Amino acid sequence: MEIKLQKFKRCDLLTVIGKVDSFTAPDLIKAIENLNNANRYKIILDLGKLEYMSSAGFRAILLGQRNCKRYNRGEIVLASVPKKVMDALELTGFTPLFKIFDEITPAVGNF
Amino acid sequence: MRTAIFPANPDQLDDIRKFASQAARDAGMDESAVYAVELCMDEACSNVIEHAYEGINEGEIECTCDLNEKDLTIIIHDHGKSFNPAAVPPPDLTADLDSRPIGGLGIFLMNKLMDEVRFESFGESGNVLTMIKHRKIESEKT
Repeated sequence: MEIKLQKFKRCDLLTVIGKVDSFTAPDLIKAIENLNNANRYKIILDLGKLEYMSSAGFRAILLGQRNCKRYNRGEIVLASVPKKVMDALELTGFTPLFKIFDEITPAVGNF
Repeated sequence: MRTAIFPANPDQLDDIRKFASQAARDAGMDESAVYAVELCMDEACSNVIEHAYEGINEGEIECTCDLNEKDLTIIIHDHGKSFNPAAVPPPDLTADLDSRPIGGLGIFLMNKLMDEVRFESFGESGNVLTMIKHRKIESEKT
């Protein structure tokens, strides 16, 4: 898994490439935490190049969302979620916890 | 029938998933079913690594994929602490963000995506998790 960061004025874009499982999920948690530590809480997760995500990844984004939404200081939104991942997110009841956008541009516009 | 032994370490999960997805493809499953098999294999083995071996990466996981006319059967054998996924209560998937449980999702997925999930503990001989997914024969698909 690889994570790329692109900073915008009002939010940050994390592009997650490859596979998120219990081996790689700690790196995703860390990437979100690093932004939070810099007082950045408005985050877009671009999942367009995500090939796979297990429940370890779901836990990572759940923990991230909790921290970002605290005190109404921000939120994590998801963009370009692959169908296979979306199916699993729906099955586990995760879709109501995140705003989900088809593309990056409207996700950036959300902030 | 194919068997492979993997060290009980999260860095093995990619290879473990490939082992399962190959068997699912050989069974003629479509991409969505292959992904489901991959996911369940990962969740089952992640639980073995985390709970049966308690994160100490010294044990082994023996994975077997067996194909018959009707089913793909996946058998996961470990020698760690007895961990019965069936005994884990289902997570509350409607709870709000702050009270949403972070555990139990893997087992929930396994039960949802597989046709049968069975756990047996044999004491010193270890634990065996059996997961079965029905093959759908091409001609039965519309």
